[in-house]
Amino acid sequence: MASLVQQPATTTSTMPRNPRGRYTIRIGRWLTLIFIVSIAFLTLMPFVWVVATSLRTPAESFSVPPEWIPTDMDFSNYTRVFEEIPFWRQIGNSFFITLSVVFGQLITASLAGYAFARLRFPGRNILFWIVLATLMIPGQATIIPVFILISRVLHLNDTLGALIIPGLATAFGTFLLRQYFLGIPDEFEEAALVEGANQWQIFTKIYLPLASPGLAILAVLTFNAKWNDYFSPLIFMNTKELFPITLGIVDLQGYMGTGSISIVLAGIVLSTIPVIIIYIFGQRYLVEGLMAGALKG
Amino acid sequence: MSSKVISQPGVYRRNPVARWLAADTMAGIKRQRMLLGYLFIAPTIIGLLVFVIGPMLGSFGLSFYKWNIFRPPEFIGLDNFERLAGDTRVFVSFRNTFILVVMTVVMLESLALALALAVYRMANKAFATFLRTAYFLPVLLSGASVAVTLGYLFNKDFGVINYYLGFLGIDNIPWLTSSDVVLFTIALTTVWRNLGFTFIIYLGGLSSMPGEVLEAAEVDGATGWRKFYRVILPLLSPTILFAVVTDVIKMLQFFDEPFIMTRGGPGDSSRTVVMMMYESGFGNLDFGYGSAIALLLFAVIMIVTGIQFYLSRRWVFYG
Repeated sequence: MASLVQQPATTTSTMPRNPRGRYTIRIGRWLTLIFIVSIAFLTLMPFVWVVATSLRTPAESFSVPPEWIPTDMDFSNYTRVFEEIPFWRQIGNSFFITLSVVFGQLITASLAGYAFARLRFPGRNILFWIVLATLMIPGQATIIPVFILISRVLHLNDTLGALIIPGLATAFGTFLLRQYFLGIPDEFEEAALVEGANQWQIFTKIYLPLASPGLAILAVLTFNAKWNDYFSPLIFMNTKELFPITLGIVDLQGYMGTGSISIVLAGIVLSTIPVIIIYIFGQRYLVEGLMAGALKG
Repeated sequence: MSSKVISQPGVYRRNPVARWLAADTMAGIKRQRMLLGYLFIAPTIIGLLVFVIGPMLGSFGLSFYKWNIFRPPEFIGLDNFERLAGDTRVFVSFRNTFILVVMTVVMLESLALALALAVYRMANKAFATFLRTAYFLPVLLSGASVAVTLGYLFNKDFGVINYYLGFLGIDNIPWLTSSDVVLFTIALTTVWRNLGFTFIIYLGGLSSMPGEVLEAAEVDGATGWRKFYRVILPLLSPTILFAVVTDVIKMLQFFDEPFIMTRGGPGDSSRTVVMMMYESGFGNLDFGYGSAIALLLFAVIMIVTGIQFYLSRRWVFYG
């Protein structure tokens, strides 16, 4: 903008329109269209290939030329998934871990976010800066001490708790919800006090519902991250019955990639369905929230 | 609601705590809010202390020890860091990670920005929604699923990608089996999975730009590249900084895709820093050395982020 103000004379609205310019604009439009459609094609084709190949007999799974339309409709790969790995157990584990962390984070982050945004207490600013500082610590930098803590002190190694408890407090979620609570006017509280509401009611009945778009974004992002987590289960879990499905899928592939492709892909399809369902319900909040720059703070 | 209580203050005045917190005085409400403040932040502060801040300090302490699960820890001073300085495999893993970060972030940011520019003022809303969903879909997959799937597609002899490249007269490319290509392949895989997320963030930045400014620029005759460089880019620069900083931090901690697709191979040519740390800490159970690598990575992340913010003063424009 500043540069526009600096040089108003060089570009004026009286510039003659030349027909060649229009022609290039039209070519530009077509090139843009080709570009955006071909990227969409590239992001979608692997999905088509996964579904098509998961419905093909294992013997033909590497058939060249690749067939994009599933002609065999062979669902046996899907039943094989259930035979090769304890699929329902692992999906159940993933759900249990993910939902526990999502609900846990919603509770801890909405409480802390509300306190940092709207309650006054000595040390508030320092504590908030400490929370912000932990945002910069990468999970990998702390994984060895966390592993020792979980396995030697808390004796939670190879339990679902090892994947849930360290994830219950969230600096990111606290920061996100604080920004939401800050955006809600103080007048609501004054009105509620006149009505005789106590502090707890002001939080649960008034401010929490108003922050629900923020809660939805946190829920969807946390669900996606936790459901897809591979690193921490890899470190903490040994028992197949306790694996989340991300480990199950890689397990299906076999250590040296010896597993049948069609079966692995059937497993990927099955494990992705829950995330897609969650996304369909949450996408309005998620996309709008991300687009509104909620993550920019 | 509880107006009854306010009208009968005497009911709880006998209890000293209740008197201190009495809701019918401003001082009482202030004290209530203070107490509630500490109660509300307690779970988060305790959780972060136990599982983030404590372990961070623990990492620092551990890096001065030689310790595995079986033997008691032994203080060895700076030995781990000395070993680190001379460890060519660690050096190679940092080099690989930097190459991955640069390739991934350059492709990711330029593609996402180009797509967002093309989509954000599209008149056909249904088409725009279709494109948005198409770009975002891979974000829903786990790194593990993506690594497995694209690992098949990138197969040298049977992979779909080489099959179609064959029509263009391109010989089979050893995507995952040649040390010259493997980092590029992993970067492509990562771009495929993360493009939608970065795209949505740029779309948000573009949508929140004041429309009047763009129209004013158009009236002034700023079109095409000129409008992009002089108007859109400066207005979008805070969003670009946010996306680049977060993407770089994410990519410096790269693990899932190379671990599953190549196990760091061929040789060490796709081994990342976190894979080195995983191997030392959990493969060789050398917690001290693993912590030293983790600390070095943390320092590098801080320095790289700091440099980006420092440089951002030259190009980021805050309206």
